[in-house]
Amino acid sequence: MPRDKREQMKKVADIRLESQIGEEERFWDLMRRMARENKTALLSFAVIVLMTLAAVFAPLLTPYTEKQMDLMNRLAAPSAKHLLGTDEGGRDVLTRLLFGTRVSLLIGVVPALLSLLLGAVLGVLAGYKGGLTDAVIMRIADVTLAFPSMLLAMVIMYSLGGGIMNVFLTLTLVNWANVARVVRAHTLRLKNSEFAEAARAIGVPGRKIMQRHILPNCLPSLLVLFTLNIPASILTESSLSFLGLGIQPPNASWGLMINTGRQYLYNAPWLCFVPGAAIMLIVLAFNFLGNGLLDVLDPRQKKQ
Amino acid sequence: MKHTLLQRLIQAVIVLTGVALLTFVMLRIVPGNPIETMMGEHANVETIQRMTAEMGLDQPLHVQFFKYVASAFRGDFGTSYSLGKPVKQLLNSAFANTLTLALFAALFAWIVGIGCGIFSALRKNHLSDRLFMGFSLLGISLPVFMAAMLLQYVFAFRLHWVPISGVDSWKGFILPAIALGWNSAGQVAQMTRTSLLETMQEEYIDTARAKGRGPAGVVVLHALRNAMLPVMTMMTIQLSGLLSGAVITETVFSINGVGRLMVQAISGRDIPLLQGTSLLATAVVIIGSLLADCLYAVLDPRIRKEG
Repeated sequence: MPRDKREQMKKVADIRLESQIGEEERFWDLMRRMARENKTALLSFAVIVLMTLAAVFAPLLTPYTEKQMDLMNRLAAPSAKHLLGTDEGGRDVLTRLLFGTRVSLLIGVVPALLSLLLGAVLGVLAGYKGGLTDAVIMRIADVTLAFPSMLLAMVIMYSLGGGIMNVFLTLTLVNWANVARVVRAHTLRLKNSEFAEAARAIGVPGRKIMQRHILPNCLPSLLVLFTLNIPASILTESSLSFLGLGIQPPNASWGLMINTGRQYLYNAPWLCFVPGAAIMLIVLAFNFLGNGLLDVLDPRQKKQ
Repeated sequence: MKHTLLQRLIQAVIVLTGVALLTFVMLRIVPGNPIETMMGEHANVETIQRMTAEMGLDQPLHVQFFKYVASAFRGDFGTSYSLGKPVKQLLNSAFANTLTLALFAALFAWIVGIGCGIFSALRKNHLSDRLFMGFSLLGISLPVFMAAMLLQYVFAFRLHWVPISGVDSWKGFILPAIALGWNSAGQVAQMTRTSLLETMQEEYIDTARAKGRGPAGVVVLHALRNAMLPVMTMMTIQLSGLLSGAVITETVFSINGVGRLMVQAISGRDIPLLQGTSLLATAVVIIGSLLADCLYAVLDPRIRKEG
């Protein structure tokens, strides 16, 4: 079940590695258990795999090409020939949807990865160094989180300009703060733990302790954050593209398809609603998977 | 209690200053002189220089920032480049529309969300529970622009029940408010259900039952007050989401609100307007969460006694 965001982040910060709570369940065992117990998460995973396959094999799945125009068949309703109809240039909507999966998945995954990297590095630095470093990094994080995400994205897109690289950068800057908070919480807890102290005692430098001892312990949390940041990025990008501030043509993301389709809402509603449904499906799938991971990795849940 | 509130207040001021600084720096690093963009290609160099000096854009960045903050405190946010009016005046009229929209949306979300949540919790695992929860899931995953366009297509275009766009009468607010509140309604419903189910397992609920209270009385008089606490905090987080969503909703339904102003500011490359709108929006979010903390403290005696 989707949860309240603040509650979700609290739970992510609570995730511990198995060895620490004295229970030896390996990562893949956990995944197997999730697949067994949480059918929704399993189904979501299947949907994600299917969509990824569709994105990879898009050219093989359709007789049309992405940019193939057919001006005699503009705005044609869904039929046997064009399963989801055609758009204003007579292009097959299903084909564009399949190719759009590539862009939309990239837009989910790349910023999620980048914000994970940025957030983890800043979070561990803030937690380990403390003092001024901590104060500066966390105040910047506070400011980022105080901004309604869409407005922040709009302001950043304004200064960077459109284009897919800038969308990646923008979404990274919007999403890093939550990651940093979670990693910082872990670091504060771990930096005085016995193994970190032991490492310090034998003279291991701080950088190594962060790399070898603290960050690996954050991995389960980071996995959950990664899964939950993907749908957030996809949603923000589609909203940006909807306003014409995101991806620029000829790159076709689902959000951009909706943006161009909006002019034809009344005579060709499928142009908006088909990519919209696709966005919904993928956002739901990633959210379910993320929450499934959260449940299975959460130690309090495990004891029950 | 007073101490924590004071702390939060100071924190809020710091964050708000940070937001001002962040937007200021981000908007100033855009390459090119905004005056040149504003005047078009045919303006001569002298005019551009004169205008730049007049607007103080030739001064160092930190001087500009302090001047901006100082005049912002007096309620002066500069003049919009693209619309030629004081930003304050534009914000005033737009904010009323956005506030009305957000209030209606919140009202919709709370009534529908809390209602569905309570109903679902009481009939846990019945068909109606599953139906409501499936529906709320749909609410959560439906992007705002999809909800807006679907509603517009079905109720305004097909059924002609309400106007397609504009807010000349109260009827114009119905669809935008539902579109905007839809998402929150789903979240509130889920949260209310979970929270109520948890509360119902507390021992004092058993006590109330043992004292002979009927099922409805137990829920309304005993469980609901405690169950609503997490729902309340969530609502304040939603304020931020509502403002994000307002940008989309106002665009789809052509409502002259803060969100639409912001989109206009971006397409007109209008820095003072963009700065004013984002500052206002974040201020609202920060003040909202501050108020929520106060409210939370009033409702929860455990917090009231602390500090």
